[in-house]
Amino acid sequence: MDWVNAIVQGILVGGLYALFATGLSLIFGVMRLVNIAHGDLIVFAAYLAMTLVQATGMHPFVAALFVVPVMAMLGYALQRMILNPTLGKDILPPLLVTFGLSVIIQNALLIWFTADSRRLPAGGLETASFEVLPGLSLGLLPVLMFVVAVLVIFGLEVMFFRTRFGRAFRATSDDPEVARLMGLNNKHVYGLAMALSAAIVAVAGIFLAMRTSFDPASGPTRLIFGFEAVIIGGLGNLWGTLAGGVVLGVAQAIGAQISPGFQTLAGHLVFFLVLALRPNGLFPRMDG
Amino acid sequence: MPDPLLEVRSLRAGYGDFQALFGVSFSLEPGQILALIGANGAGKSTLLKAITGLVPADRDAVRYKGQPIGGRSANRIAAMGIAMVPEGRRLFRSLSVEENLVIGGENGRQGTWDLAAVYRLFPVLSEKRHAPSTSLSGGQQQMVAIGRALMANPDLILFDEISLGLAPVVIKDIYAALPAIIATGVSAIIVEQDVSRALSVSKRFICLQEGKVTLEGDPQTTGRAEITAAYFGS
Repeated sequence: MDWVNAIVQGILVGGLYALFATGLSLIFGVMRLVNIAHGDLIVFAAYLAMTLVQATGMHPFVAALFVVPVMAMLGYALQRMILNPTLGKDILPPLLVTFGLSVIIQNALLIWFTADSRRLPAGGLETASFEVLPGLSLGLLPVLMFVVAVLVIFGLEVMFFRTRFGRAFRATSDDPEVARLMGLNNKHVYGLAMALSAAIVAVAGIFLAMRTSFDPASGPTRLIFGFEAVIIGGLGNLWGTLAGGVVLGVAQAIGAQISPGFQTLAGHLVFFLVLALRPNGLFPRMDG
Repeated sequence: MPDPLLEVRSLRAGYGDFQALFGVSFSLEPGQILALIGANGAGKSTLLKAITGLVPADRDAVRYKGQPIGGRSANRIAAMGIAMVPEGRRLFRSLSVEENLVIGGENGRQGTWDLAAVYRLFPVLSEKRHAPSTSLSGGQQQMVAIGRALMANPDLILFDEISLGLAPVVIKDIYAALPAIIATGVSAIIVEQDVSRALSVSKRFICLQEGKVTLEGDPQTTGRAEITAAYFGS
């Protein structure tokens, strides 16, 4: 039963990894930008939520009502003021700038919040669980995380394939020059994509903060997990990204069962195997 | 005499250090079709890109409806009613046929052109409306590219290499649609490999050679020898 338990927990954690990954995947899909600061933005959102919760005593989910729109606005501003000027034929400048941003965010967080590790209290939600089968109980928070991940991905799919925004994202991704000829302002479109990514980052950050302790240096690991979920699932396929997150989560859970020290390494090994055997991921996009 | 729809004055343009246009001037009256001819590398595509804002230009070098638009961003120029059918069609590959058309109209203006009107003009597109744009033949893709430009209800359409790479029978179909397009009051600039075909549908032409206008006039009254000389240089 220990093994079943571990695998089920791994699947649910995969939802969180998928939340780390979708924002990353969205940005890469729309503007071919690899956002090295993605993990640090997740941690930044976690601190933002923590500050709000500490100041007002509100529940983290209520804090989300503020943190999500604030992060979206910051994302838009970040794109328009800092990242848009770096976009061009060369993929190196945005990579370097987001790397710099990552360093700046980590150090700014270190100054404001010190290196102490923190946790976001969620009013008992983090320890609540229910028994589905004798011997198999699920944490309420992991289940909620997974459900939210599925809803976010479903929402993104609908947005991408059914709405005007989604059409603009896809068209700009296909051919930015012709998209401008259609009257689309690609700088604004990129801003909206980053705003959306940052909103998902905010959700991911709040869940991260409720689930584990975090500190200013936690970002890069979240970035790696996000990356691995995207690559395992296959670029450009959001449901694949969810599957990638689940594969990563299960691999880590199995690793942890074998030996606690083996947890993270097991995830990296599975990622490495997928990359070596199926470089396009398990579910590559059909029309890509 | 009313203002010309488009006026290009001593336009210089290029890509970075490479200059492709050296002082091009011409004007286009409302409702007119202008043929833009010239050998490969003469600067025809650069001229269209300078008009649509895809390459930089001096403010006063391009005037549209009396306003200087040179160097404005491409999306703002598009919103003013200049549409382009780009060389090589360049449909959005992840969008269906109908989505390609719809996106052409979303940031455009109100007018006679909508999905139904485009499907009346090119009935074959109506059958393939939900197909991926990449699954169409070259000619059908060109129809989508033209429809996409029309959906913006432009006052001026620029056709870049309208028949390049298409089968002769398809080219005939495309040209057969032109009168219906022009009848709605749109003006056009046509860049075309087939010089005699371009001249036969236009009221005016300009010939570019190495970034300069070497000849312009009425195709009906200009001699072939003169055009050939302007085209190839003498």
